[in-house]
Amino acid sequence: MRSPKYYRGSSDGRRPLAGDPVAKVQSHYDVVVVGSGLGGLTAANVLARNGHRVALFEQHYNLGGLATWFKRPGERTETGRGQGHLFDISLHGFPVGMKKTCRKYWTPEIAGAIHRLEGVRFSNPQFDLETDFTRADFTRLLVEHFGLESARVTGFYDTLAQMDFFDPPNATIGDLFEEHFPGRNDVHRLLLEAISYANGSSLGDPAIAYAIVFTNFMSQGIFTFRGGTDWLVRSMRAELLRHGVELFHDAPVERILVHTREPRVTGVLVGGREVRANVVISNANVLSTVQRLVGEEHFDVDFVRQTRAVRLNTASCQVYFGMRASQGLPWITDLLMDSTAPTFASEALREFPGHSRTFSFYYPSVRPEGPARHAIVASLNARYEDWAPLDQPSYEAKKAQLAEHTLAALERHLPDARARVEHVEVATPRTFAFYTGHPSGTSFGTKFEGLDVSQRLPEQIAGLFHAGSVGIIMSGWLGAANYGAIVANRADALLHSLVQAAEDPHLKSPL
Amino acid sequence: MTRDEIAIAIKDIISQIAPDEDLGNLDPKVRLRDQIELDSMDFLDIVMELRKLYGVQVPEADYKELATLEGCANYLEAHLADKELHCASNA
Repeated sequence: MRSPKYYRGSSDGRRPLAGDPVAKVQSHYDVVVVGSGLGGLTAANVLARNGHRVALFEQHYNLGGLATWFKRPGERTETGRGQGHLFDISLHGFPVGMKKTCRKYWTPEIAGAIHRLEGVRFSNPQFDLETDFTRADFTRLLVEHFGLESARVTGFYDTLAQMDFFDPPNATIGDLFEEHFPGRNDVHRLLLEAISYANGSSLGDPAIAYAIVFTNFMSQGIFTFRGGTDWLVRSMRAELLRHGVELFHDAPVERILVHTREPRVTGVLVGGREVRANVVISNANVLSTVQRLVGEEHFDVDFVRQTRAVRLNTASCQVYFGMRASQGLPWITDLLMDSTAPTFASEALREFPGHSRTFSFYYPSVRPEGPARHAIVASLNARYEDWAPLDQPSYEAKKAQLAEHTLAALERHLPDARARVEHVEVATPRTFAFYTGHPSGTSFGTKFEGLDVSQRLPEQIAGLFHAGSVGIIMSGWLGAANYGAIVANRADALLHSLVQAAEDPHLKSPL
Repeated sequence: MTRDEIAIAIKDIISQIAPDEDLGNLDPKVRLRDQIELDSMDFLDIVMELRKLYGVQVPEADYKELATLEGCANYLEAHLADKELHCASNA
């Protein structure tokens, strides 16, 4: 018997699903991808392009994972309903490397839609400044505004460039900053605050993870997709279909199936059906993959212990402001790191209701073809534990408190914000957990140690791969897409050797 | 494939991955990434293309052998001896 399936459409209530989302599924594929975050999508596309038969299952009704958006109706007026609102969850932004990644693993059109953000601003009690977020501009600021010697700044960038991923990750970000800019909390804030919002990094995380991500951004600044997240995901979907990927949404995978004695993957259980595959790539959280989808009983005791020690990364809250169509927004900036905390501490970014948030401003230029919409999305780092235990009235009250607190913060930069805002809505770590199925609603995967667990899965169970947000570096737009391609290459190698083994009876099967 | 043909095959693959680079004057003894903009993701793509076009498997531990054109010829010579050159751009 199939269990009843529901839309995971709204935390206000789940609507029953009409029809069977996996009615057209076949009994066997070369590859099954579990989840359609950017890592899962990219892995599916690369493997399908290489000639493999790929099926992708997504539990939500949209593809994209946290590369997503939602719409809300406009207010009703005397002349009918006003123009609706559209909110991008994570569009701003990513490093320029995404252009090359999209050109190689997607299409020239997708790569061509990537544009640099025009404005990045910091506003806090220590400094208030505009930057294009490049090495040249940061060097200028550190010398002219922060009064550092240029040799000291060059020394810092040289250290970042020389750091090697294969060195033992002993030094923390805090160590790195104290070594180069001792006692300069304002400098530490300039260097880390934006990255903390981008990937949940804190001062205690390994310096190498920071060096990789920060250096990527410093190359040419912060970029975004013109056309919006909806256009991007539609374009990716079309490309996947063109390469023959079979896409199933509203289709949560219940189990990843394992042949116990060998051990290797045999497929997945989805919608009560067994779908066989030689390779399964999980784009779910790495802990969910091991503990829930596969089951710890299929792994070595040491590996289970290592997995249990992996820390989930920070979660997020977001506050969405849809502006009245009649008023829109004046130019403020694209990305504003806003804080009233007198000094910087990365852990304090997660406090409720907190002193710090980043505002992403969305102007009509994001979607030149669409109606002229203006929206502001505030993102805050958060703790799941602060939200999880609340009953519904307390939860709603706390969301209202966060909305008010964030609107007050916005008023410092847009004094008539209250009159311009038509729609306000709050997402919490509970919201993210609901829509993505991530444990603790984490928005940034795992801390550094999750990467090793993710990469070692195929040693434990042949044919089992993970291509989700892990280790801080394999996270965010660029990290996720590149990790999808890296894992696709490994899966492709395995599939290729299976074909060779089948053609040559003297070769031992790699499985 | 001869050693010269292997170099042609590699350059043809690179021309797909990095279409803006001039590959006319590459020194076979100098690291590719010191002459043109190639990162570790690009080397992964080279390996994936070699597998697709010529069926050759390069384990991750051996990626470093492909650092120069000469290194490519040394490493791939035995693997590709009985393979015909065909260009990725026409594949």
